[in-house]
Amino acid sequence: MLEIKNISTRLGDFHLKNISLKVEKGDYLTLLGLSGAGKTVLLEILAGLITPDEGTIFLDGENISGMSIQKRPLGLVYQDMALFPHMKVHKNIAFGLHGKGLSGSQIRNRVTQLAEQARVTHLLDRHPGTLSGGEAQRVALARTLASEPSVLLLDEPLASLDVTLRHELRDLLKEINQSGKTIIHVTHDYMEAATLSKTIAVIENGTLLQWGKPEEVFRNPVSEFVARFSGIKNIFQCRFNPDEQQNGLFRGKTPHGLLMKVIEPPAQNITHLMIPGEDIIVSEQKLETSATNQYQGFIKEIITLNHGVELIISTGENFSVIVSKKSVHSLDLSRGKKVWISFKASAVRQM
Amino acid sequence: MLKDWRTKLTLIFFSGLIILFIVAPLLGLLLRTSPSEYIQTLQDSEVSQSIRLTLFSSMGATLIFGILAIPLAWLLARKHFPMKGLVNGLIDLPVVIPHSAAGIALLGVISRGTWIGQAGEQVGISFVGGTAGIVVAMAFVSLPFAINAARDGFAAVPEKLEKAALNLGASPVRVFFTISLPLAKRSVLSGLVMMWARGLSEFGAVIIIAYHPMVTPILIWERFASFGLSYARPVAAVFILVCLAVFVLMRVLSQKNYHVRN
Repeated sequence: MLEIKNISTRLGDFHLKNISLKVEKGDYLTLLGLSGAGKTVLLEILAGLITPDEGTIFLDGENISGMSIQKRPLGLVYQDMALFPHMKVHKNIAFGLHGKGLSGSQIRNRVTQLAEQARVTHLLDRHPGTLSGGEAQRVALARTLASEPSVLLLDEPLASLDVTLRHELRDLLKEINQSGKTIIHVTHDYMEAATLSKTIAVIENGTLLQWGKPEEVFRNPVSEFVARFSGIKNIFQCRFNPDEQQNGLFRGKTPHGLLMKVIEPPAQNITHLMIPGEDIIVSEQKLETSATNQYQGFIKEIITLNHGVELIISTGENFSVIVSKKSVHSLDLSRGKKVWISFKASAVRQM
Repeated sequence: MLKDWRTKLTLIFFSGLIILFIVAPLLGLLLRTSPSEYIQTLQDSEVSQSIRLTLFSSMGATLIFGILAIPLAWLLARKHFPMKGLVNGLIDLPVVIPHSAAGIALLGVISRGTWIGQAGEQVGISFVGGTAGIVVAMAFVSLPFAINAARDGFAAVPEKLEKAALNLGASPVRVFFTISLPLAKRSVLSGLVMMWARGLSEFGAVIIIAYHPMVTPILIWERFASFGLSYARPVAAVFILVCLAVFVLMRVLSQKNYHVRN
């Protein structure tokens, strides 16, 4: 188990603040955050490339904070791969195998084995400069795995790849993790984090905002930042009067004066409310339903997505609503058209 | 369009003028020397011995001092330390001071009265008036070329590659020899070639420390001073051709040794 305790460091204007995390053996942790959030800095601290001002790192109970880079059993794969340009692929992979008391044939066998695992056998005699982004990424992975690190640290490994290659590499990473390797993966891509992780840690401005299982983090985001990261766009700050309750519903007002009814008692007088775009119904007329939140507005924008269509509907506040392409057609939805939106008080979540 | 042509012509004219300024005197010297003079000069044992001495002394200076200076070049490229700017400035000092002054300064360190001079004498090395002194004088004035080129070469190696190698478990020494040095090889080699070439042409510092044995620049000067231009010219012409040949050969070899940088 890797345990990070109260890591803080200052690098120019940037400040990584008091990061504590536990990564179980075999875990797949993604560090999710925007660029400049401090994810890569944390990764480099773990690898020993940056010495933090404060804090300790334990690996299986041993304090490795003062351990030199070359002795730390944490293998880092850089975002730009950092393959050695003057060495052929097989030499790159074999680099970490030298100085371990292995014979020449043992090194060759291990390289062959790693190349098969990373599916780069056909590239062994090439120079890194001739590889595509996906190929180079696989070679970098094989090279790091060769040194048999306890934890694999990946800095945006999928960032430079196109969609097909991304899928392939994602499968390879899953495979490596399933073979028992602990992985810490830095990304700014929510989908990447959602599909790969067993645990997600969200970082913003050098602060760890939230960490836990992906479904917990995305279901109960602790801040607007995390919620927006998870793709929820309908987030409204509401002012509640705790005494004001009608028919078991609490009523709050958005800054633009929109009245919203919620079932759960608001935790604070000013609370952030979230409504997933999929839970909002669009209709031409006001509906007689159990949805207690109903507003009339007009369609401000229509955005075609991979699956469905996103409508931005202005009711005083802007709502993002996801509907099917069929609905756009059957309701004859177009920009500027007046529509009604409705959602249940129980669909409204609080942060 | 016309303006464009005028600019081009002006550029070509001035560039040509500068190239002519460099090439014309050398070419004049080479062409004014007759084939028989070349043959005579090549057969002159004093000249051939002197050229050999010059080539090998400069080679020795480069191999000993240039290679010893490579770690310093790496340090200057990679590490931050107090007064690094001053150290960088000190390295260029031999280039900016008059070389005869450099010779006088060196003499104060390696003459027979100093402990270095005495230590040398005890193991049979005589600096003043000896090949060892020529090597030291050549090294002193030409070291900046090797250090500066190697430093720039090391600085151009992405630090990330060195860190990646460390992360793969390599010791700092192994990282230096397998990553930093091979990737900076081109600059390091070209710096060494430049150092060697600069050493060959050294006159001022060498003449103060060792008039004899006579390196070729001193031999040229001696023939000019004692016998006149017509006696000095053929030696100068032969020396220029030898230097050019070796210089071009070294350049080609140092480029060939290098592949795929990316």
